[in-house]
Amino acid sequence: MKLNRRRFILSSAAVGGSLLIGYSATRPSRHRRANDELAIGSERFTTSFIKIDEDNQITIFVPHSEMGQGIHTALSMMAADELDANWEYVNIEQAPATDLFANGDLVKGFAGEFGVPSALMPLINVTAFPVAELMNLQITGGSSSVRYTGETAMRNAGAAAREMFLKAASTRWSVPEGELTTKLSYVHHNASGQSLSYGELAIDAAKLEPPKSPSLKDRTQFNIMGKGLSRNDIPAKVDGSAKFGIDAHSSDMLYAAIKLAPVFGTKLVSADGKEALAQRGVKRVIELEDSYAVVADSYWRAKNALALVSARFEESENDYISSTDIEARFNKELTENDGSKDKEIGDTDYELEKAADIIEANYRVPYLAHAAMEPMNCTVHIKGDTAEIWTSTQDALGTAGRVASVAGLPESNITFHQTYCGGGFGRRVPLLNSNVIDHATLIAMEFDVPVKTIFSREDDMQQDHYRPAVHNNFKAAFDENNNVTAWHSRFTGPIQVPGASHIPYAIENQSIRVVDGETHVPLGPWRSVDHTQQTFFTESFIDEIAHRAGVNPYQFRINLLQDHPRHRKVLEVAAEAAGYGKNLQEGHALGIAVQESFGSFVAEIAEVSLNRNNQPVIHKVTCAVDCGWAVNPDTVEAQVESGIIFGLSAAIYGEITIENGRVAQGNFPDYEMVRMSTSPEIEVHIVESGEAPGGLGEPATPPIAAAVTNAIYILTGQRIRELPIKNHDFSFSTPLAKL
Amino acid sequence: MATFKVNGIEHALDIEPEMPLLWAIRDEIGLTGTKFGCGIASCGACTVHINGKAVRSCVTPVSAVEGQEITTIEGLAVSLGETNTSAPDLAAVQQAWIDHQIPQCGYCQSGMIMAVSSLLADNPSPSDAEIDAGITNICRCGSYPRVRKAIHALANA
Repeated sequence: MKLNRRRFILSSAAVGGSLLIGYSATRPSRHRRANDELAIGSERFTTSFIKIDEDNQITIFVPHSEMGQGIHTALSMMAADELDANWEYVNIEQAPATDLFANGDLVKGFAGEFGVPSALMPLINVTAFPVAELMNLQITGGSSSVRYTGETAMRNAGAAAREMFLKAASTRWSVPEGELTTKLSYVHHNASGQSLSYGELAIDAAKLEPPKSPSLKDRTQFNIMGKGLSRNDIPAKVDGSAKFGIDAHSSDMLYAAIKLAPVFGTKLVSADGKEALAQRGVKRVIELEDSYAVVADSYWRAKNALALVSARFEESENDYISSTDIEARFNKELTENDGSKDKEIGDTDYELEKAADIIEANYRVPYLAHAAMEPMNCTVHIKGDTAEIWTSTQDALGTAGRVASVAGLPESNITFHQTYCGGGFGRRVPLLNSNVIDHATLIAMEFDVPVKTIFSREDDMQQDHYRPAVHNNFKAAFDENNNVTAWHSRFTGPIQVPGASHIPYAIENQSIRVVDGETHVPLGPWRSVDHTQQTFFTESFIDEIAHRAGVNPYQFRINLLQDHPRHRKVLEVAAEAAGYGKNLQEGHALGIAVQESFGSFVAEIAEVSLNRNNQPVIHKVTCAVDCGWAVNPDTVEAQVESGIIFGLSAAIYGEITIENGRVAQGNFPDYEMVRMSTSPEIEVHIVESGEAPGGLGEPATPPIAAAVTNAIYILTGQRIRELPIKNHDFSFSTPLAKL
Repeated sequence: MATFKVNGIEHALDIEPEMPLLWAIRDEIGLTGTKFGCGIASCGACTVHINGKAVRSCVTPVSAVEGQEITTIEGLAVSLGETNTSAPDLAAVQQAWIDHQIPQCGYCQSGMIMAVSSLLADNPSPSDAEIDAGITNICRCGSYPRVRKAIHALANA
């Protein structure tokens, strides 16, 4: 993806004595007009703001949701560094949910990379959200914030502001700009010894036309980027003052507990709320098209009364569908259909025909729920023809628009209160959170006080948009010399992120095709999207091929990655750090996997043994990550640790099954997580390739499942082709002889 | 009438005796630092102290805490008498959480901090096995390696 950062337009305005610099992108109509009238070639409009006050305080407005990925701090670091700001003077604020802050750059960036951002894939199928409307999103997803908003919007806005201060000082002192320098929020003229703060220059600077092509620093000039600075959101998260959506509170607030149709897509037939209505604190029992809700003066009362409503949902053809039926359907699709092309090189069929040997394997992974710690919730206060919303979302503007359309109000009448997100992982993107936003709005329309609708943990788990269950059939062809000549892959879709099923390995013939994998189960992006399933598949099957070829899995990968230096480098760094090929504790094994996703390259090596009960124990994960360069190295490490543990929970325990058309799991005991006792030691090595920054929210998640199961294969001789690992029995196992 | 103290303040609430303490704290008293995560004592997001001991408030009825002293995350520093000049409102555990940059989304961390604070009060220098056994809270963002480091740092302080 090429973003020409020299071609974009800044606008500035003097607002109340301070310099406000940002970009002028707003609604599609204004976007279009601005592009028609002002843009040349690939010029872009960007959308975030830096404000500098006369007292030299800097406020940076970040148009992304803080979910723990440290984005408020990282993006502010990017703007502040280009501005040559004093970090001590920087205040960070969440950009308000107005279209002035929609991140068009992100959408355009993704459009260049993928066609459409993965997290937004569900939108394009919905006519209510024509693609043009994408320009009005304020989305956080796709590990994209640093890559697009940061690299284009934030750095350019900072650099442009700095040049405007230089120009203002040059005029004030009547000296050439070339004699001036900037440092720590001051402009200096060394020859005369004069200095002025940015604050003192703010009004003058605001009168200037912003430069169209501000110069950006090269990495040797960074003062703030590249440092492991403390995140600004952490202090409030240790003293209980951080506000999440669920924390919206007022003395007149009402609370709603809701029961949605347990079989996806069915409607409510009837609900008898008499008994519920008689309970203390209950205000109303509300019947909606696909659900019913109890509204009371406390959530606990609402939830208890909900259990007293006797209701009936319509019958549906999906009422008797189970996971076994879905698996049978996927197998049938894979057997009977050749699907549509994902990638084809050479002639795989011919190679398979003339092969000296073929190995074939069938892999599968189940549906997964997001299970963010903060259950889905939304508070809406309808006041005549205006509304206020409090909710945790990965897209403030999209959510405000959703409430407006459900309530029949103009978007401009909606006040959105952005809060921290208690986890997102893809669940809190638009349309995927609409089942809570829409219902909360419909319920709140019955009242003139704020109503907080909370999904219980069970609702959250059973009314998710799930990571797709996928089956994958592989074949590999070998010649007489044990060289792999062809890679054949057939998997069930949908493809949410193009390219996840592709391999970097130099195999001459490749045929990768996808068949239909849609069922009545609603699907959505789940941290790292298709890479979670596909990396388990491809990095396991390449391991099978390596073992079949009689080459150790690390060397085998290296041999086939001659044209992929970044993959190779992270493998080398991880292998060296993990002591791969060196003496290992008796009964331990190392498994390896590598994947590129969202612009970052990640290799992980898992050290695994079996405990007394023959269950795998993951002792340590050594990870090397090439994310180009690290804006905030400490945040990079934290995201890698987080991604690995998230992927590990899925690999070991994660499984959503369908029984009678509905989700069988309800709460954490049925959907277990890695906890302190099962969390491995994690060692992170950042490989600085100096390439464009890659994403970090997701890329550490994909490799971990295969890294662990590849180690289990060495320990037990059992090749795990179906997740989760907990379903496998290792009582009878034969460790492999050393490779 | 349910009567108990929260962070040193006496509350007399006209609520059902079986209402879980979590909802009394959040909806009735309006202190939102204590979180709802699962409702079945599985995840630990709702952990508070009752007379200094960590308890999962989502399954603790208010009838069980009659007349007792409850501490939530908002009152932790004061209850431990650990306020100091550099960070007047933070207990040592909370400061360690900042020093080790532990919270990510942060939603589970009130409960995590309350659980760790209680563990350290009982066992100022826990082994890894004792940490594993004592801290069973779920953190979906996977802050566990940093939590472990912070506990060891606090033990050695």
